[in-house]
Amino acid sequence: MTTKRATLLILAAIVIVSPFFFPSNYYYRVGSLIFVNALAVTGIVILTGYAGQVSLGHAGFAGIGGYACALAPVHLGLHPGLAALFGAALSGGVAWLVGRPILRLRGYYLAVASLGLGILVAMVLANEAWLTRGPDGIEVPDLGLNDALEAIGIDIRNTQFWYFFSGLVMVVGAWIALNLHDSPTGRALRALHGSEIAARVVGIDVARLKLRAFVISAVYASLAGSLLALQNKFITPDVAGFMHSIEMVTMAVLGGAGSVLGAFLGAAILTTLPQVLTVFQEYEQILLGLVMMLVMIFMREGLLPSLARRVRGREK
Amino acid sequence: MSALLEIRNLGISFGGLRAVHDVSFAANPGEIVSVIGPNGAGKTTLFNMISGVYRPGAGAVVLDGRDVTGMDPFLLARLGLSRTFQNLQIFQNMTVLENAVAGFHLRESGPLLADLLNLPSTRRRARAAEAGARALLERVGLANAAEREAGALSYGALKRLEIARALALEPRVLLLDEPAAGCNAVETEEIDHLIAEVAASGVAILLVEHDMKMVMRISNHIVVLDHGEKIAEGKPEAVSRDPKVIAAYLGPDAAALHEGEVAHA
Amino acid sequence: MSELMQFLMSGVTVGAVYALVALGFTIIYNASDVVNFAQGEFVMLGGMITTFAHLAGLPLPLAALIAIAATAAVGVALDKLAIEPARGAPVVSLIIITIGASIFIRGVAQLVFDKQLHRFPAFTGDAPIALLGATILPQSLWMLAGAIAVFIGLWAFFTRTLTGRAVLATSNNRLAAQLVGINVKWVMTLSFALSAAIGALAGVLATPVTNTSYDIGIALALKGFAAAMLGGMGNPKGALVGGILLGLIEALTAGYVSSVYKDAAAFVVILVVLFAMPQGLFGSKTTDRV
Repeated sequence: MTTKRATLLILAAIVIVSPFFFPSNYYYRVGSLIFVNALAVTGIVILTGYAGQVSLGHAGFAGIGGYACALAPVHLGLHPGLAALFGAALSGGVAWLVGRPILRLRGYYLAVASLGLGILVAMVLANEAWLTRGPDGIEVPDLGLNDALEAIGIDIRNTQFWYFFSGLVMVVGAWIALNLHDSPTGRALRALHGSEIAARVVGIDVARLKLRAFVISAVYASLAGSLLALQNKFITPDVAGFMHSIEMVTMAVLGGAGSVLGAFLGAAILTTLPQVLTVFQEYEQILLGLVMMLVMIFMREGLLPSLARRVRGREK
Repeated sequence: MSALLEIRNLGISFGGLRAVHDVSFAANPGEIVSVIGPNGAGKTTLFNMISGVYRPGAGAVVLDGRDVTGMDPFLLARLGLSRTFQNLQIFQNMTVLENAVAGFHLRESGPLLADLLNLPSTRRRARAAEAGARALLERVGLANAAEREAGALSYGALKRLEIARALALEPRVLLLDEPAAGCNAVETEEIDHLIAEVAASGVAILLVEHDMKMVMRISNHIVVLDHGEKIAEGKPEAVSRDPKVIAAYLGPDAAALHEGEVAHA
Repeated sequence: MSELMQFLMSGVTVGAVYALVALGFTIIYNASDVVNFAQGEFVMLGGMITTFAHLAGLPLPLAALIAIAATAAVGVALDKLAIEPARGAPVVSLIIITIGASIFIRGVAQLVFDKQLHRFPAFTGDAPIALLGATILPQSLWMLAGAIAVFIGLWAFFTRTLTGRAVLATSNNRLAAQLVGINVKWVMTLSFALSAAIGALAGVLATPVTNTSYDIGIALALKGFAAAMLGGMGNPKGALVGGILLGLIEALTAGYVSSVYKDAAAFVVILVVLFAMPQGLFGSKTTDRV
């Protein structure tokens, strides 16, 4: 069985089977949060794991996606679902505009520029109160899918609906990322990660491909932001905050930035941790920082690939 | 008729230091042109300028009548110029097969959307590239290693993998930077044959190599660099008898003693 | 007119801090090619440690000295515990490590100190001095003098001392430096210590004017980086000029455009530099380093 098929089967099985072990409704909520985060982190896998570029501002795109769902239905009359797509297009457009000059330059420039971009988006969301209602947040209209299901006779609780819907979107996101991995574009991205100069010599337009990865990953983050806003029916500028960007990167490198299943693992660990450890709140930054440093020093490939290597080594 | 590849008065300096100065020569289809010279003579620097890795400070590179001086390597690849590297540039994060497939990038890439959705057109392109890559691996003797991680291969094998990847572009001009370095006698001979075969198919080959026996055996034309300048060029026999060349390799005193003998590095 | 003068004065003052952060960046970048995202945390530590040492009853100069020494020790620890073990790691990993260090230091500061804004008294009082039709705080002059003194000190260190030349040699060619017997590891550690100390000094000088809290680091790092890029990455003169320029741009933005978005100026500067002149003002491959 190919890695791709195995990954998709495992993810689908997790979404479907886990509810049988849920002691209460609350777990659906945690589950859907994990799926949303995993979706965003899958985008980071494409950018960082495949193409080897670092963004420290992807929460900015989540912010754009989230606020698109809050604002576009009111101001543009868009259906909330369409608003999510509108947000994704907007995020992709911003990523394209900002990424184009930057991705021609050396590695750390993207990290710095995206850090600035994320801060800028968070700033706009918090300060332009006439539009966004400021730091306290704004309510988001209902997606309406739940009602539509009810109309055709499927009665499902709201938390459960969002659990399965987020799970579905995550699996589709994983499928696309896995398609990309083995496609000519994905191969070119991994090639330029391996050796930029050799990639250029075989005819790969390095700047253009990096830009594609950046735009795609921005769309993932944006859709994750939209999903979060739609299921909470509320959103605050925190979604675009610097710490959220850092969380995304940490989830990716923890699980294994090169692996879609690793993205899920990283998202699952760092999403459940605060729920399990109530003291986590106070130590969150310390823990995130430690995880980032330790993983990069001792397990550069991340948890999942390192473990897989160890298991394979034992078999031999 | 002008040559396929023309190097005109090429030069570059780094921080005031002249690395290559006023080098000119030409290469035609089917020809093997070797660039030789002592360590630090500027051979790799010259290659880096021709292949667009460095922007030359002076002079011009003309490919098929078109000025391509300082053009980015990815554009040169589209015009049919490919190369290998002295200090391996392998995609360590990919398998041997994928490394070779990457060489087919120009022919296998298509619409992004098709790649994201794994549409039949993408699969078709990828399959064709894979078949081509397997054939090339066969040709360089790496067919059995196709599924292995590239990082796990020996130095000599990686050298051949780089050649396979460069051949995947079906180049018209191929620059080989020390293809036989780190290879044993058998492997060197295999590479020797491979280069002759590629040249025979009409590719112009530029070769930097320290194995002088190999250079003398397969080159049609030799360019000798010393301290960044061209000190001689011509047929192998003529160059090997040139006192200036022998002096460059062995020092001026030796040149007098060894006059007439074949220089070997 | 006096309004413009006032904006310029405050711009130069803040610019002095950015220049110091940028100089810190430059030292580490030159010695190791590492872009240290934790540079802003050094400034935060300088201000916070001084504040709390002073609150504990120590005289201000002693508190400041302790803060600078302690921050330098943090810099050394960062190099020894996080950067050195990751030697040879790709840029991606190094970025993530220094960002991780920055978050970690922030988190520890939040626990050890608190989440409040702090300041301590200015060195020589708060009575504004009239200058060219505007007023300037005495502390601002201290900040400016500090930035220039550090710049001159670095220049002397790098050109007049054997150790400084060793650092320069390492930044030019690590392998060659190793071959002529320079202890490259030691040079790295020294760079981190020096860079951290300069950051802490910036914190000590600036806190009476700008206040400090546990979370000022990231914004400062971003601005320091913008300043370094504006001046030209790796060039100390560029860091000084870029820092002051960025401070001026910010002050003018705050004065004439919007005080809310003055923090966005750094980001816009980064983008404009990247679009128009990626080498920065003084940066080029052949530019002499200090």
